Amino acid sequence: MRIFDPHIHMTSRTTDDYEAMYAAGVRAVVEPAFWLGQPRTSPASFLDYFDSLLGWEPFRAAQYGIAHHCTLALNPKEANDPRCVPVLDELPRYLVKDHVVAVGEIGYDSMTPAEDTALAVQLQLAAEYELPALVHTPHRDKLAGLRRTLDVVRESALPPDRVLVDHLNETTVKEAKDGGCWLGFSVYPDTKMDEERMVAVLQEYGPEKVLVNSAADWGRSDPLKTRKVGDALLKAGFTEDDVDQVLWHNPVAFYGLSGRLDLEVAGTDATHEGNSILRGAPKTDPEPAPKSALKTDPATTEA
Amino acid sequence: MNHLHDAPGTPTDAAPTALAALHTRLNSRLDGAARAWLDQALDEAAAHPGARGPISVWELRIAEAGRRCGPEHAEAARILLLHAARADAATLARVYRQGTAAERRAVLEALPHLVPGPDALPIVEDALRTNDTRLVAAAVGPYAARHLDAHNWRHAVLKCLFTGVPVNAVADLPRRARADAELARMLGDYADERTAADRPVPEDLYRVLALTEALTESGSESGSESGAGPTTSASEAPTASPHPGTPTGKES
Ligand SMILES: [Zn+2]
Repeated sequence: MRIFDPHIHMTSRTTDDYEAMYAAGVRAVVEPAFWLGQPRTSPASFLDYFDSLLGWEPFRAAQYGIAHHCTLALNPKEANDPRCVPVLDELPRYLVKDHVVAVGEIGYDSMTPAEDTALAVQLQLAAEYELPALVHTPHRDKLAGLRRTLDVVRESALPPDRVLVDHLNETTVKEAKDGGCWLGFSVYPDTKMDEERMVAVLQEYGPEKVLVNSAADWGRSDPLKTRKVGDALLKAGFTEDDVDQVLWHNPVAFYGLSGRLDLEVAGTDATHEGNSILRGAPKTDPEPAPKSALKTDPATTEA
Repeated sequence: MNHLHDAPGTPTDAAPTALAALHTRLNSRLDGAARAWLDQALDEAAAHPGARGPISVWELRIAEAGRRCGPEHAEAARILLLHAARADAATLARVYRQGTAAERRAVLEALPHLVPGPDALPIVEDALRTNDTRLVAAAVGPYAARHLDAHNWRHAVLKCLFTGVPVNAVADLPRRARADAELARMLGDYADERTAADRPVPEDLYRVLALTEALTESGSESGSESGAGPTTSASEAPTASPHPGTPTGKES
């Protein structure tokens, strides 16, 4: 089973998770920029975070054979802090980077006027930079939040078929589907979906434009939930093709809208590529076996 | 400001030749659309090297090189763009600071071709603080060989051994290691520490150690000098010379 987790916050996870994810079949992830638990107080703190999503984290993922992409944005919660909002001025230079495959995660948290503005501005940025958008739906007052989200999307320059609405559940899936968006479900212990309910939703609505993610982060969460959903689907009688569509093809199709998806895992061999190309040596092939290719584990050798 | 064609004898003399060869090699590997994109991007960079608005056009081209040329050719394209824009140390520092890991690597690779003096050392030092082995490997290239001070250079070599970067990546290693008793001491201590912990000592450590011992007053058996064979000091013109073989072949 090959798995693309379209929403997971690897920054908050250990290298053990990467190893377990690879063993479970995960070959690609998208990491949306989000709230880190501790509120930020300046744009600089966002920039370091964005840099890490374009630097260290893809390196860490590649060591375990996993292709890493990210979505960047000012998250809804921190859109309410005027000290953070100026990061919106820095976003454009990030949105042109390779491996940025969407604007996100954006959306509503408490449905404030500041969140209205941040959502509208960033949907506009997505349209301008020819990126799709990952829009999350709020945890509190979810159905009202979804409706307001869909209204803002309709008023934006971004067509709904370039929008992935995430954290959906039984009460919100129908309106999101009728709105023409891609449908994201987070299988997350206690607060979002679980495997059995996910099976039921897919039985009712079918696999078209449905993406399943673990949304694993610093909370009580499980980066292997995607695999568990795949197993549950097979057990419930879905075909391997159905599972492949939900866990691989749909995320590839959605983030592929960016034109920047690169599922070849970059070699982490230190002298790979540039060193040799510039100095005239033949390019060596990227090493396929992720863990065994490690000479040592740079992630753990030094603090 | 552009330092490319300073005085004869400066290290960057080799740049035009090496980069012209790089351009030829890259062209032969790109398809038509990518080549057309690159040609236009290089022309733009040469015509408008300064920033206009918040970000210059050639910096946008650097950002998108991966999806335009293919990820495996992006680094070469970026190096050529930096050269075409006549990026000086300050500009390179900005591109590095605002860059993804891949863009940062390209800046590090471009340094020996674009910056004759030590002004860009903070970039190298930044890369050497990371644990991204691709950045570390690019940081110990010819620019570091020329300009990094002895203390930082020794720590860079040790870091390569720590993080598994083959010492083949260290430019001009035989010359800089020669008769370096302090480096020899550090290597010996590191080997002792590994041995005490019952961990294997990296093969590369002995290679570097042999280079330090080659001409020190104490241990100058003539035989150990042959250990310097694979990494020739051809790195006087490092970019024009083939990289010495593929990385030591230890895949595990
Ligand atoms: Zn999230």
